[in-house]
Amino acid sequence: MSDHSTTAHHHPPAKLYAGVLAALLFLTVITVAASRVDFGSSSINVVIALAIATCKASLVILYFMHLRYDKPLNSLILLTGVLFLGVLLAFCLIDIDSRFPSRPSNLKVPIAAGAAAAGAGAAPGTAPAAGAPAAGTPAPAAAPSGGTQPAAAPTPSH
Amino acid sequence: MADVIAAPGQLSGGGTQEQKNYLNETKGIASWLFTVDHKRIGIMYLWAVLASFFIGGVFALLVRLELLTPKETIMSAEAYNRVFTLHGAVMVFLFIIPSIPAALGNFVLPLMLGAKDVAFPRLNLASFWIYAIGAIFAVTAMVTGGVDTGWTFYTPYSTTTSGAVSTMTFAAFILGFSSIFTGINFIATIHKLRAPGMSWYKMPLFCWSMYATSIIQVLATPVLGITLLLLIMERAFQIGIFDAKLGGDPVLFQHFFWFYSHPAVYIMILPGMAIISEIIPVFSRKTIFGYKAIAFSSVAIALVGFFVWGHHMFVSGQSVLAGAIFSFLTFLVAIPSAIKVFNWLTTMYKGQISLKTPMLYALSFLLLFAIGGLTGVFLGALSVNVHLHDTYFVVAHFHYVMMGGTVIAFLGGLHYWWPKMFGRMFNERVGAIACALVFIGFNVTFLTQFVLGSQGMPRRYYNYLDQFQPLHAFSTFGSWILGLGLLIAAVNLFSTFRKKPDAPRNPWGAATLEWQTDTPPITHNFHHTPTIDHGPYDYFPGQRKHA
Amino acid sequence: MSQVTGATGASTIHGHGHEHGHSPFLQHHFAEMEQQFDASKIGMWLFLVTEILLFGGLFVGFGIMQGKFPEAFYEAHHHLDWKLGALNTVVLLVSSYTMVMAVHSASKSNQKALIRYLVITLLCAAIFLVVKYFEYEHKIHDGLLPGKFYTYKGDHVPGGQQATFFSFYFMMTGLHGLHILGGMTVIGWVLKRAIAGHFNSSYYTPVDLVGLYWHLVDLIWIYLFPLLYLIS
Repeated sequence: MSDHSTTAHHHPPAKLYAGVLAALLFLTVITVAASRVDFGSSSINVVIALAIATCKASLVILYFMHLRYDKPLNSLILLTGVLFLGVLLAFCLIDIDSRFPSRPSNLKVPIAAGAAAAGAGAAPGTAPAAGAPAAGTPAPAAAPSGGTQPAAAPTPSH
Repeated sequence: MADVIAAPGQLSGGGTQEQKNYLNETKGIASWLFTVDHKRIGIMYLWAVLASFFIGGVFALLVRLELLTPKETIMSAEAYNRVFTLHGAVMVFLFIIPSIPAALGNFVLPLMLGAKDVAFPRLNLASFWIYAIGAIFAVTAMVTGGVDTGWTFYTPYSTTTSGAVSTMTFAAFILGFSSIFTGINFIATIHKLRAPGMSWYKMPLFCWSMYATSIIQVLATPVLGITLLLLIMERAFQIGIFDAKLGGDPVLFQHFFWFYSHPAVYIMILPGMAIISEIIPVFSRKTIFGYKAIAFSSVAIALVGFFVWGHHMFVSGQSVLAGAIFSFLTFLVAIPSAIKVFNWLTTMYKGQISLKTPMLYALSFLLLFAIGGLTGVFLGALSVNVHLHDTYFVVAHFHYVMMGGTVIAFLGGLHYWWPKMFGRMFNERVGAIACALVFIGFNVTFLTQFVLGSQGMPRRYYNYLDQFQPLHAFSTFGSWILGLGLLIAAVNLFSTFRKKPDAPRNPWGAATLEWQTDTPPITHNFHHTPTIDHGPYDYFPGQRKHA
Repeated sequence: MSQVTGATGASTIHGHGHEHGHSPFLQHHFAEMEQQFDASKIGMWLFLVTEILLFGGLFVGFGIMQGKFPEAFYEAHHHLDWKLGALNTVVLLVSSYTMVMAVHSASKSNQKALIRYLVITLLCAAIFLVVKYFEYEHKIHDGLLPGKFYTYKGDHVPGGQQATFFSFYFMMTGLHGLHILGGMTVIGWVLKRAIAGHFNSSYYTPVDLVGLYWHLVDLIWIYLFPLLYLIS
């Protein structure tokens, strides 16, 4: 690396890249293998798969994209982007999880039918909350909002 | 005047009309359409957004005229739905969002930083071209059936109604990229192209606000892009994500939409605040009060603005828990906004205030934005919102912020930088009269609507009860005053092209760098790279302690 | 595609601080190559963030629908051939490796290796698209299509959300495929300039930036593969 005097362009030796590729391929095998194992709950599988994917992504970002050797500002830019994607996900989930308090596994009715009929309030005990998304759907045009004019909203299932 | 740092406050006399500048260096349409000069791109953007403002304004006047009487006045209900939708879509996507950043900001920001151009001049040109393509799609949508969904494109109505919804949505999708490119350019420019000696805290506050705006443009706009793409797909394929019949969730569309569109409100207002932060110290001849507070409140608004979008959805069927969280977070945004207003007011305190046209607009901004902001706090309160939701109170509130805030600031900035852009001074008295008419007309139009809204007049309605008619008529009357004021302002500005360039280098005695170079600037902005040895609001650099 | 070439095309200059001569690639508004290189990097990372948020919206939508209809999504994902998905994962990972080796070669002024690695990267991208083509063809043949075009009749879980799964499948892989095509375009452009001899250790910003973009395309696939093919 003697021909690189500036730290901003410090690149690792070529051997390291081959090592990273090997690690990535190995993790791909792990991903496939892990998906065949039953951990008791499908959400555990999702978490494991996403964790492995994040490991792979970190390797790509740190070494192939040189972020480890780059100016910190570029890392900050990336982290900000990921953080705000998390904000979008988090608030959507806060709303949806509290809007449908009974997750599908707790429902008496079949999942697909129950959720599809959510607009009709099929889930007992959750009718007001579950009925809201369809009934409260705003339909602009002459009638500005389903919130104030529910009858004007072309709701699918009443 | 080889030395580009003229002493602040020194009114360097004499126009430089004989010299070469960015306007006369090259000639011909191609030299404009393919320019990479940020100043020319800014000017092209300026004409484009002014044209959009005109179109959107005509739609607005038509809406108000229709509402002069209940039932049909000049158009059918279907036509009315299309006209108010196009008013909103044109004003938001084609006018306000690019107005200050892409038009004025493009021109001024590199000059303020002492740079020769933005970081990526070709990307800047690409941004303008993409804007033009988006505008073509928008016009296509208007002439091929129009759109009647409101500018918010809420599902399920937008996925079921006929008309050119997909075309208009695609136009907004394209326009988003032009906005993103401007944002990327400004962030890189501010980071890497400040003149030697210009630390972050010696940057004019305009640049801080633009920086905050750009952060939002980069972070929020892509989500709008994918949302609109999903909407187009929903229309084309019925993919089911927003359709309750297929198990989807129409409220999810609103989440995605407002994830962009609430921060987009700050894409609109932060640049307005940027201009006010420049105008007020110059015309008060006093260093800005609370520089760092204003600078960081811009960034705070940009970031906190991402956490409050659900306050648009209090009656949408969003969960009560989410509503309560969003309501609480909404109050937080009021803090940095208030910090700015207090600092501007304190800047004027004991200053030598001169009531030139730009300053008149800035003072109008302070009054109108304060009303717009405070009514926003009312509406952010969950319980009050349920009562006022989708009434004229909301319409009045966001017009006080968007028009009373951003557009007034845009007009102030336009008058402030007009001499620098074109080397011509406008008629001061006519400018003041126009500003007064705009201010009066605006308040007559929209203050009335607060009353209408609190009495229960719902927004976007074609017909209304007879009892609302006097107030509607009053509001329509106000829109004519407003239109007249804008017309006079336009005539005043454009008539400057009929005379010889007469603007001095620094007509307002400002201390920021754009006033220290030629008027109009040369193509490369500065004859020598400027170095910074005083702050942007240091009007008496020799006697800093004394002041 | 225009945004891709726009972003990289507008920021093509790069230098190493130890070269003080006036490089022909130094744009007039920058004082030195280092400043120009840093600005290009910032611009590219900002652009990548917009890409992440663009795809991120789709991921969030997919996650929410998957959480609502786990059975239907689970059933639908069996129609995807995980072996082809895994093959494409390997192809993309290798192409990321050859891309970073191309950047490495450019930084060592090794023009032959640069050209060789760029060509291999292009080939990998082409293989990816060919595999994708066969996958799509199979789906189209079986009627496993988005939304209202879904005509497959053999579903066991009622509700019809399998169509929603395939809507997401086609949108996500389709948008990703468009990015592959865009990546091939800019890699081809860099290859052309590499053959013309524009790049050496003192200037290879375009290779670097196109590399960043290509790695992002790989990154998105790293998440797409397990979510669509394996777990649903």
